[in-house]
Amino acid sequence: MPEIILPKASEIGRSTTSEVILSAKDLVKHYPIKTGILRRTTGHVKAVDGVSFDLHKGETLGIVGESGCGKSTLGRLLVRLEAPTDGSVEFEGADMAKASGRELRALRRNIQIVFQDPYTSLNPRMTVGDIVGEPLDIHPDVTPKGGRRKRVQELLDLVGLNPEHINRYPHQFSGGQRQRIGIARGIALDPKVLICDEPVSALDVSVQAQVVNLMEKLQDELGLAYVFIAHDLSVVRHISDRVGVMYLGKLAELGEEDEVYDRPTHPYTQALLSAVPVPDPTLRGKREHIVLQGDVPSPANPPAGCRFHTRCWKAQERCRTDVPELILRPDGRGEHFSACHYAEPRAVVDTVDVTDVEPDERFADTDVRDPATIAAVEGQPGMDGPVQDAEGLVEETPEQRAADMSSLTMHDEGHPGKVEDPRP
Amino acid sequence: MTTTTQPGIRPANATGKITYTPVDGRLLDVEDLHVEFHTDDGIAKAINGVSFTLDQGESLAILGESGSGKSVTAQAIMGILDMPPAKIPHGAVKYCGVDLLTMPDDRRRWVRGAEIAMIFQDALSSLNPVFPVGWQIAEMFRQHRGMNKSDAQAQAVRLMERVAIPAAKERVKAYPHQFSGGMRQRIMIAMAIALDPAVLIADEPTTALDVTVQAQIMSLLQELQQERQMGLILITHDLGVVADVADRSVVMYAGRLVETANVYDLYRNPAHPYTRGLLESIPRLDQKGQTLAAIGGLPPNLLRIPPGCAFNPRCRMAKDVCRVDLPALREVASGRHSACHFAEEVIDA
Repeated sequence: MPEIILPKASEIGRSTTSEVILSAKDLVKHYPIKTGILRRTTGHVKAVDGVSFDLHKGETLGIVGESGCGKSTLGRLLVRLEAPTDGSVEFEGADMAKASGRELRALRRNIQIVFQDPYTSLNPRMTVGDIVGEPLDIHPDVTPKGGRRKRVQELLDLVGLNPEHINRYPHQFSGGQRQRIGIARGIALDPKVLICDEPVSALDVSVQAQVVNLMEKLQDELGLAYVFIAHDLSVVRHISDRVGVMYLGKLAELGEEDEVYDRPTHPYTQALLSAVPVPDPTLRGKREHIVLQGDVPSPANPPAGCRFHTRCWKAQERCRTDVPELILRPDGRGEHFSACHYAEPRAVVDTVDVTDVEPDERFADTDVRDPATIAAVEGQPGMDGPVQDAEGLVEETPEQRAADMSSLTMHDEGHPGKVEDPRP
Repeated sequence: MTTTTQPGIRPANATGKITYTPVDGRLLDVEDLHVEFHTDDGIAKAINGVSFTLDQGESLAILGESGSGKSVTAQAIMGILDMPPAKIPHGAVKYCGVDLLTMPDDRRRWVRGAEIAMIFQDALSSLNPVFPVGWQIAEMFRQHRGMNKSDAQAQAVRLMERVAIPAAKERVKAYPHQFSGGMRQRIMIAMAIALDPAVLIADEPTTALDVTVQAQIMSLLQELQQERQMGLILITHDLGVVADVADRSVVMYAGRLVETANVYDLYRNPAHPYTRGLLESIPRLDQKGQTLAAIGGLPPNLLRIPPGCAFNPRCRMAKDVCRVDLPALREVASGRHSACHFAEEVIDA
């Protein structure tokens, strides 16, 4: 079993402090598979199977992995939307699994979640004010009575939305704006930890950057710690201080951002990084591509020993029987956590440090406010996209994107001009 | 560009393929294409004058965000737009010199699949769930080539092997739900290349897939393209995929081409503020400490495209002329086109 992970000297600094705020210990979540008319349990889907890590105050821990690796289930366990089969989540030393009633409610106030899909995670029948204000109704002790409206407007302002739009409905906002509403709801109770489950994957590229920058600003201002769950390794590198790589319910590797990206020691991490396309055609044919054979095995019947051994080019006899522990292993410069018997650093990404490079402000900017809000507040001429214009056309989920324009008539139902007040 | 036999879905003899011959290697000529959708709220102008070409063996990427019209362009080329609500008021799509838009339906159906094939993003909903995958691949041969069942089935197995589906012989009778996402996309590719098309259109072929599977599928597509000298149109919003695969790229915004260039020029030195902004706004795997900048605003509502340059409300370089005059796509350097009044300034930036 993995050791309880203690912060290393190298983790102290920047936004990371030694103070552990959230701690996952051997988290396990198995879902029963029921078959037959008697609904007998015939097996288990091992979605999360022994995950331990510490989250420090004010840091961002990125969790990456491919679909089915258990990263979303992990997120739900951390907020206790799911009860763990085994293991525990401790918030500032208090075990959330043991807490109940009032105690659990008090703990939950400190750990909030933002979901992936801004289209389905907001109730279409509630106004933005009610959506963002609902946490305040559930936790009345956080905001003094009567201050709710003011607090909601503050929150909207904080996430870069126009506070005057408090009485609008979700369909009147674009995808990026809706994700801002989700974030406002997430930070309403002034939590210490925000779990973000694929918060930008449903957004278009040009909008993604706005939301990522907003999240970074909020972290600086509010001292939030993020668990940032995503499949996009480039976004995760950008936002994270530390990164954990998941494969079939377990962490394969965990370390500082540059340890994982520049000196990965787990073959799975290496393969994953080598497969990410980089927007630079001059690197074509120059990057090393590690092509993995086959598919991810079913989490209902994961391989014995190392879970990656069925696809690993380095697998030996030992990998088929012994589960490799997630322990500190040398990475060529220092050491970081890796769960491979034959851990060995292999650079697959040629990193360039661009800390001093400023984006060209003539073409794009770093203002984190919602662009339509800026236009409304500052009265800029011609800035497109006041919220009334926002409709499903502008940003779509990947599913909708497939249908793209041919489904135009479908979106019409969501056109603000036609929709009546949905309240009864 | 001559047709040797009477066109139809099932030519009289099994090998009697109607031959379309590209002139000077030119496969497709899209000329001033317009597509609009008639909705209750008015006319949404999805494509407003798009022209580009595709040569044999060339990879052309159509890059754009959702709503930019990239998928509609593909659907117009394939002839699978729902009309109505869609309407093509103007333009031509010439395949080997023959306009597909004015072609009789039966011949168009023959071209679709045999000459121009398409792969969609969502392989699960593009396959029929109630028929085995082998049967669905074999259908291409039965319908278009008039093959008998067992020959067609043998061809299906051969194709499944070609797209590297393990144990193809055993799995030919399996149903779509029994395959993983990556394997389903391979089956889609097998169906698309079944009749040896000259043009392959891939509409976001890897968007729904994990990154390691994406790499497998893209390398399979490239391999097949080179082996068969197909013209490939890759539709995507992923700047990374384009950089890896395409020879040339066209960038779409609000139903128009805003820039065309070979990919090396496009990434090194974009000639349109939109392309430039996109490149500033994506995080890169190989960069540390990057400051992300975003393009302000949202893509325009296609029912109300702003006058002048459609990008002007979001463009930080926009001047008065941009709000009035629609910039034409013009050559700004050899082989490069940009639809910006100030393209030279953008290139020099």
